[in-house]
Amino acid sequence: MDILFLLIPFSALLVLAILALFAWALRGGQFDDLEREGERILEPALDARQASAAVAPEQSIH
Amino acid sequence: MAVTSASGYEPAYSDDPVRWFALAAVLWGVVGMLVGVIIAAQLAWPELNFGIPWLSYGRLRPLHTNAVIFAFGGCALFATSYHVVQRTCQTRLFAPGLAKLTFWGWQLVIVLAAVTLPLGFTQGKEYAELEWPIDLLIAVVWVAYAVVFFGTVGIRKVRHIYVANWFFGAFILAVALLHIVNAAVMPVSLTKSYSAYAGVQDAMVQWWYGHNAVGFFLTAGFLGMMYYYIPKQAERPVYSYRLSIVHFWALIFTYMWAGPHHLHYTALPDWAQSVGMVFSLVLLAPSWGGMINGVMTLSGAWHKLRDDPILKFLIVSLSFYGMSTFEGPMMSIKTVNALSHYTDWTIGHVHSGALGWVGLISMGCLYHLIPRMYGRTEMYSKRAIELHFWIATIGIVLYIAAMWIAGVMQGLMWRAVNPDGTLVYSFVESVKATYPFYVVRLLGGLLYLTGMLVMAWNVVMTVRSGQPKPVAIPPLRAVHA
Repeated sequence: MDILFLLIPFSALLVLAILALFAWALRGGQFDDLEREGERILEPALDARQASAAVAPEQSIH
Repeated sequence: MAVTSASGYEPAYSDDPVRWFALAAVLWGVVGMLVGVIIAAQLAWPELNFGIPWLSYGRLRPLHTNAVIFAFGGCALFATSYHVVQRTCQTRLFAPGLAKLTFWGWQLVIVLAAVTLPLGFTQGKEYAELEWPIDLLIAVVWVAYAVVFFGTVGIRKVRHIYVANWFFGAFILAVALLHIVNAAVMPVSLTKSYSAYAGVQDAMVQWWYGHNAVGFFLTAGFLGMMYYYIPKQAERPVYSYRLSIVHFWALIFTYMWAGPHHLHYTALPDWAQSVGMVFSLVLLAPSWGGMINGVMTLSGAWHKLRDDPILKFLIVSLSFYGMSTFEGPMMSIKTVNALSHYTDWTIGHVHSGALGWVGLISMGCLYHLIPRMYGRTEMYSKRAIELHFWIATIGIVLYIAAMWIAGVMQGLMWRAVNPDGTLVYSFVESVKATYPFYVVRLLGGLLYLTGMLVMAWNVVMTVRSGQPKPVAIPPLRAVHA
């Protein structure tokens, strides 16, 4: 079962990579205000139907 | 991607690839399910291959699985991930041209699969049948997909990365990895190659791929849909956003290790089988956490479920997700597996996940998405959605109940032994006993396909009565968490 010598270290490396990513997200403040983030996608500003058609120059991103 | 308005130029979302992928998903859904119905009929009445090699079960079956998983499911994932990542990051797609290229590349993969599989070109690996030139094309399209998706996350205007994007991101990365490792072959000609691994090594790589394809393609990706479209359709935030984060990290940590349960009682070392079994059992916890989280999003607003057929699709899909993620760990227990493996119970299990979870959640999300992509708020006919829901649900119940009974019966017949040690039944007796269940399964599949045809009609009418208008990216709110 030589293949396990490839698959197991490979999967272990992957777990380390996932851990690193989790640490990055944690330190970067991704999980600081969780309940609010859940509600954000329902805010009218994110809802295209209700968004005003005009974009004021100072708010324009591009 | 800018459109003019009264105030001059303003940025708009790149929705062309979303539209194309959404419509392609409906088309490939019809095709893939039709092939499924044909092969289900062939199992009941084998004469239906008419003696033509291209129509034989062994060639059409991989065509069915590839069409429903990678063509229907894949296009639905492309459409929803491109939609969700733009809306939640409040920005247009990174490299919209490349996104269009992923559309044409993916359609080319699908067409090549539809041609080569009936011709008999195959690598013989389940869910990875396509020969090496097509595998290379898949890899190129997938890298482009990753560039577009992660590029879009990179140029996001909202600091927080919404949980659906984490699921979509994990799905894209994991599928890239799995595909590249499992598709390693030595080509001998344009249409023939040999695996880089041999014997049980090859089997282990294949099921490391196969199980994680289920875990990341058919689960993580569709959970990404679930975490965006259920809150949107219910107009309520997800029950616990905190739990959704736990769900994500717990799921991706445990999935990678469960593959060996596909190889119980084979040449794979016993300890590796046991490791696979234990991790499969552990998987029950994050899976059910996620299911409860999705269903409870409706808590306090259950009446919406009565009036809104799209929510019926989304919530019932989650109950099938819960059912199959309970059944799966149970079937991975070695003693249960000794009865269930190689029987039609496995087919029933797969279809409770495929028809119930993946199918219904995709249909629900497409019903939410397609009208909005054509300047409408609702599909052409709400009653047709309701009709589709009931036809599909009855079809699924018939399908999986027939396969459960057939599977347990087959398992019991195969293991029945006379006092003198000889087998009670020959194999063909179990085939004969399965016949009525194959007919019921065909009926279930036929109902499910009928539902899909109703959807296709509804989508055509919606598109014809709507207009693909560019949607402006709404201004950012001043306050950010």
